[in-house]
Amino acid sequence: MLKIGAHLIADVIAHARADHPDEACGVIAGPAGSQVPTRFIPMVNAARSPTFYEFDSRDLLALYREMDDLDEEPIVIYHSHTATEAYPSRTDIALAGEPGAHYLLVSTRDEGAGVGTSDTDVEIRSFRIVDGVVTEEPVEIVPMA
Amino acid sequence: MSIEVRIPTILRPYTDGAKQVEATGDTLAAVIADLDARHVGLRDRLVEDGALRRFINVYLNDEDVRFLGGIDTPVADGDSITILPAVAGG
Repeated sequence: MLKIGAHLIADVIAHARADHPDEACGVIAGPAGSQVPTRFIPMVNAARSPTFYEFDSRDLLALYREMDDLDEEPIVIYHSHTATEAYPSRTDIALAGEPGAHYLLVSTRDEGAGVGTSDTDVEIRSFRIVDGVVTEEPVEIVPMA
Repeated sequence: MSIEVRIPTILRPYTDGAKQVEATGDTLAAVIADLDARHVGLRDRLVEDGALRRFINVYLNDEDVRFLGGIDTPVADGDSITILPAVAGG
């Protein structure tokens, strides 16, 4: 299960909407070993694409150095699908490189259809992706402390 | 001659869980060959058809080796190599 603060979900949704129709991506870091996501880190999608995302390689190194310095881990890796459901694509599964992370997907496919004005229009789902095996998990959204 | 190599979580099964290992070599290719001799199978996760895999990032000190000489990038004693899988998908 992924337990995550409502403010962090709001941050992810805002980022996904801002970058729509391109995919948005980023990390929510947290203390190493804690399983608690605390620090929202939106990343640039270097691919600037509606069907692909990739962190810029220099940004990636800076991100991992910073997390290391702060004794943090990427607890959540998020990205948006802008025309399809919030379920890992074949590419997502093939490239998943953090077996300990929660892969959070949001879908903004209903954006621009005259709806998309409330958070309930954005589908949010979370998965573990380990060795090519996808396991969906419940998302518990908790109020900000 | 010793080069420090930082190993990402997903490849730590090859290094008995170590986050950082030492290797020797005067190019990235030689360092990877040395790593593979000590941690069998690692090379295949990094290299395909003689070049670095597209979705594996390797940094020499602060620079992505794609902007240096790729797998033929020269390395020297005291350099630090960081391996990170791309964070990417579709």
